[in-house]
Amino acid sequence: MSTTTPATPSTLRRAFRQKRLVAGLVISVLVILFALLGPLLAPHGENEVVGPPFTGKGLLGTDYLGQDVLSRLMYGGTEILLIAVLSTILGVVFGTLIGVVAAYSGGWWDEVIMRLNDVTLAFPQILLALLVLTSVDQPKAWIVVLIIGVSHAPRVARLARGVALGIVSRDFVYAAEALGEKRSRVIVAEVLPNMNAPLLAESGLRLTYSIGLVGALGFLGFTTNPGGANWGVMIRENQLALSTQTWAVLAPVLIIGLFTVGTNLMADGIAQLNQRGGD
Amino acid sequence: MADVATLPEPLAEVAPPRGRQGASAWAAWLARRIGLAVLTLWLVSILVFVATTALGDPVRAILGKDYNANKARVAQLTDQLNLNESLITRYFHWLGGLFTGDLGTSIANQRPVSELIGGNVANTLVLVLLSAVVMIPVAFGIAMISANYRGRRPDTVIQTVLLALAGLPEFVTGILLVALFSTTVFHWLPAVTLVPPGGHPWGAPKSMILPIATLVLAVAPYVSRIVRSTLLEVLDSDYVELARLKGIPETVVMRKHALLNAIVPGIQVIALQLAWLAGGVVIVETVFNYPGIGFQLVDSVRNHDIPMVQALSMIMAGIYVGVNLVADLLSILLTPRARTAISG
Repeated sequence: MSTTTPATPSTLRRAFRQKRLVAGLVISVLVILFALLGPLLAPHGENEVVGPPFTGKGLLGTDYLGQDVLSRLMYGGTEILLIAVLSTILGVVFGTLIGVVAAYSGGWWDEVIMRLNDVTLAFPQILLALLVLTSVDQPKAWIVVLIIGVSHAPRVARLARGVALGIVSRDFVYAAEALGEKRSRVIVAEVLPNMNAPLLAESGLRLTYSIGLVGALGFLGFTTNPGGANWGVMIRENQLALSTQTWAVLAPVLIIGLFTVGTNLMADGIAQLNQRGGD
Repeated sequence: MADVATLPEPLAEVAPPRGRQGASAWAAWLARRIGLAVLTLWLVSILVFVATTALGDPVRAILGKDYNANKARVAQLTDQLNLNESLITRYFHWLGGLFTGDLGTSIANQRPVSELIGGNVANTLVLVLLSAVVMIPVAFGIAMISANYRGRRPDTVIQTVLLALAGLPEFVTGILLVALFSTTVFHWLPAVTLVPPGGHPWGAPKSMILPIATLVLAVAPYVSRIVRSTLLEVLDSDYVELARLKGIPETVVMRKHALLNAIVPGIQVIALQLAWLAGGVVIVETVFNYPGIGFQLVDSVRNHDIPMVQALSMIMAGIYVGVNLVADLLSILLTPRARTAISG
C-alpha cells in the first residue's frame, strides 16, 4: 500500500490541498483565538451581574445568576483549552514512551506492559477520571490534567507500539545497534523520529477527546474553579432553563461541539495525508 | 478471504492446539479465554480500589469543610471505611465482600449497596441493548449506501458527517437533541426520564427515545466507518470479481457476498462499542436523568460515596469483559478458518 514516489510535492503544499485538514485547522484556530482573546474583549466581567436571571438582555441574554452569557462564554474557554492541551501532551508523551519501550524490548516485558494496558482499556476514560475524583475534595487543575493525561496513555501506547514494531526491525535500527549505540539513544535518535506522522494524527484525535472529557467533567459538576466561567459548567448551571433562555445552554454546547469537530477533522486530515500521500 | 478481517485480534491469538480434537480443544480455548477475563477483572479490582481510596483522602473529601470541626464524625467514618487498617488488608476485605455478594454500605444513606443498585443495572442494560438493536441496522445501512457510492459525492458527504459526529461529546449531541425535539424547536418528546417510584423507564417508552438516539449517534459513526472500509476491501477481492463476471446482479453481490464477509469485523467493533457503552452511559444518563448505573455513579462520585462507586465501576468493568468474551466467541464461530483452527 505504501506508494512512495520520489517526486511528490512538499508536505506543506499537499496539506493545503487536503480539504478536511484545512477546514479543521480553520475551525480550531478560530475557537482557540476566541478562547484566548475572549477574556480581553469581553463586554462584562466574569462574575459581573448585569440584570435579572434568564432574560434576553445582551446578545445572548443572562444566565442563572444574571451574568452576561456572552462574557461568560468569552471567559470560559481558557481553562478548558489549557487543561485539554496539557493533558494531551502528557498523554501522548507518556503513552509513546510506554509503547516504544514495549515494542523495542519485546518478549515478556512487552507482554506484561500490554496486558496491564488492556486492564486500563476496560474503562472508558470518563470513568477513570470519576474514580479518582471520588476521594478528592476539590479538584485542582493539575489533578485533572494528570488523570486525563494518564487515561490517554494506554490508548496512545497501543498505537505507538504498533507503529514502533514496524520500525524496530528495520535495517537502520540494526545498524545503530551494531555500532554500539545505547538502547535509549537508539529509541530517541532512530525510532522516534520515524513515528512523527502517525503520532501527530493521534495527538489530534487525543485533543478532541480531551476537550470532550474536560467539558464532560464540567458538565457533571467537577470544576477546578467554582463560580468561574467554564463552558462545561455553564451547561450544567443553566440546563433547567433550556426552554426559556436557550442561548445560555446552547452557546457553550455549540462552541464545544464546534471545537471537537474542528480538531477531529484536522486529525483525520493528517491521517489521510500520511496514508495516501496526498488527496 | 485472508484479508477480510481488519480487526483480527481474537483470531490472531488462536494458536491451533496440537494433539487435541473437537470438544476438548474448544474447552481448552474457552478455559484460557475465561481465565484471561478473570485475570483482567482482578487487575481492574486493584485499579478501582487504589484509585478510589488510596490517591486522595476519602474522609476529608466526604466531610469537606466539616473535616476540622467534627472530630467524632471523622473517627466514625474512618472506622466505617476501615481506614485504620493497611491498604492491603482493606483491599482483601473488600474483595472477599465482592465474592460473597456483600458490596458494603452506602455512605450517603447508610443502606446496603446491593439494595440501592439492584433495579438500576436492569435499566442500564435495557438502554444499552435497545441502543444496540437500533444502532446495528442503521450503521450497516449507512455503510452499505456509502460503499455503494464509493469516492463519489454521497460517499464523501456521508463520511464527513460521520467524522464530525464521531468527534462530538455525548452531552453536546444529547442537549442538541433535547433542544431540537423537546424544548426549543419542536415539543414532541420529554426532555427527562420521569419514572414513578418502583417503576421502570420502559413504562414510559416515549422518554427513552432521546437517550437511545443520543447513544446511537455516539456509537454508529465508528461502526459504520469500519464496516464501510471492510465492505470496500471485500468488494475489491477476487471472489467478488468472479461473482460479478458470472453476471450476478450488483445488489445480490452486495447482500450475499460482501455483507456476509463484513459481519465478523462488524461484530468486533460492535462489541467494543457496546462495552464502551457500559461506561459511556454515564454522560447520557446524566443528561436525561435516566435512572441507571451511570447516573447513579455520577451521583455517588459527587457524594464521595466510595463503596457505591467501587461496586458500580466493578459492574461496568464486568459488563465490558463479558461482552468482549461473547464477541470473541461469536467471531470465531462465524469464521470458518478460525473455527477449524481450534477444532482441528
